[in-house]
Amino acid sequence: MRAKYVMSEVFLGLWRNISMTIAMIITMAVSLSMLGAGLMLYNQVDVIEEFYQTNLEVVVYLERDIDQATTDQIHQSLKDNDLVAEVQYEDKEKALERFQETFKESPDLVKAVEADVLPSAFRVKMRNIDDAPELIKQFEEVPGVYQVTNQRQILQQVFDILGGAQRLTLVIALVQGVAALMLVANTIQVAAYSRRREVAIMKLVGAPNWFVQAPFVLEAVFAAVIGSIFAFGTLVAAKFLVIDGQFSDLFKLMPPITLQAILVLLPILVGVSAVISAITAWITLRFNIKV
Amino acid sequence: MTYGAETAKYATLVLEPPDRLRASAARLRLVIQLEGVTKHYPRSNRPSVEDVNVFIDKGEFVFFIGPTGAGKSTMIKLLLREEVPDKGKITVGDTDVTRLRRWKVPAYRRSIGCVFQDFRLLPNRTAAENVAFALEVIGKPRSVARRVVPEVLELVGLGGKEHRYPHELSGGEQQRVAVARAFVNRPLLLLADEPTGNLDPDTSIEIMRLLDRISRTGTTILMVTHDSNIVNQMRRRVIEIENGQIVRDQARGVYG
Repeated sequence: MRAKYVMSEVFLGLWRNISMTIAMIITMAVSLSMLGAGLMLYNQVDVIEEFYQTNLEVVVYLERDIDQATTDQIHQSLKDNDLVAEVQYEDKEKALERFQETFKESPDLVKAVEADVLPSAFRVKMRNIDDAPELIKQFEEVPGVYQVTNQRQILQQVFDILGGAQRLTLVIALVQGVAALMLVANTIQVAAYSRRREVAIMKLVGAPNWFVQAPFVLEAVFAAVIGSIFAFGTLVAAKFLVIDGQFSDLFKLMPPITLQAILVLLPILVGVSAVISAITAWITLRFNIKV
Repeated sequence: MTYGAETAKYATLVLEPPDRLRASAARLRLVIQLEGVTKHYPRSNRPSVEDVNVFIDKGEFVFFIGPTGAGKSTMIKLLLREEVPDKGKITVGDTDVTRLRRWKVPAYRRSIGCVFQDFRLLPNRTAAENVAFALEVIGKPRSVARRVVPEVLELVGLGGKEHRYPHELSGGEQQRVAVARAFVNRPLLLLADEPTGNLDPDTSIEIMRLLDRISRTGTTILMVTHDSNIVNQMRRRVIEIENGQIVRDQARGVYG
């Protein structure tokens, strides 16, 4: 009987104030999809890092006019280095092959470049890619070495972009979240006002505080759950339409965002939004419904 | 010597040992004790009360009278613990209301029934549902409501009108529903804030008969009123308040 009463009050309250309820759900959905996207990017950065951790190389480019003795000397010192796991020599022809492979979509560029222009190089697999700067420091001043590059630095730009996108989504999530919580507070105030008779009578006959507050808190929680389900839907749609669809080329560079990674977000979004809305509602009630 | 002071003297006398048994018996008999109760509203015009001492026995029927703004409603608020006094001590039954924790207030209010001038019924519930609501919100099972609600409605003279909505009832009938709701938990104390204020004289008398009947079951009744006819006819204890102070406390008093 009590549960039935509370639930009917919840839906009556949401319905009576339907425009505010919808506004609350929309802002919550936007905030939560941004939060979800932010979390997904955070997760994706980890995945990419792990993915490249084993594949990243340091490339030691050699001077174009290097003699064989110096080349062998550098090869040997790389092999002897404790930081190095594996060294592979790449002569001018191989470099050209790789170049042609990389730029096969620009035939003019490929035609313009001859093997002589490209430097031969050592492709070095590190035991630990984090030690790359150390190795670079050791070898960049060695005679015969033209340049030492760390692929990670190039990847770093990708990380920077992802990090920037992540910060942006989290800022939007925060701003929208604040707006959503203000709407929750406002909705609760309106609901408390429209039900002040019932509330006054309940308090008069000694209804426990939780019973007086439950319909209002549940109203906020209900809106939060609906909002997070919408947000979840948005994220799933984004996966199929954007990541797998229009921008699928962009995501070839990195491991795909799995559906599983998005599914994990559902309980997080529901939990976070429900708890925060409930707390907001409860605090609002403490100021509106005094004992 | 006024009635309240006499009771107070009695209370302090019997509280002295060695007669501990009689002392606790006397304490049980006292339903309301207000000792040096003071409440000011420094930032608003609401009436304040100043050093009020009142002792009311179990089963007493007491009228609170006095001009508007004298502090009668403040007294009701203090007894309901909607307000906390600045100074002094309020005891209702065994409860020290002044030291009551916030979360214990709902449980405390269950020992008090309330009736108001504006009835305060839920418009979308029938008479029976309004009464049952009081049981429902404090967690009584439905079976109790099914048994008790018809009894109480019968007692207040609304037998056969259980399923009417408030707007289908006359003012007097609505107030009967309110009395039934206040009484359904068998409270120790029934507070009535101008219960006849919106009713015509004949209906008022009917409500007073009802309250009198409830009073005879041992329920203490405290009634705020401006209706001199009622006070003069009932000839019960009258406490008159003016400017927040008790100016008269008279057994079997008149409106004056």
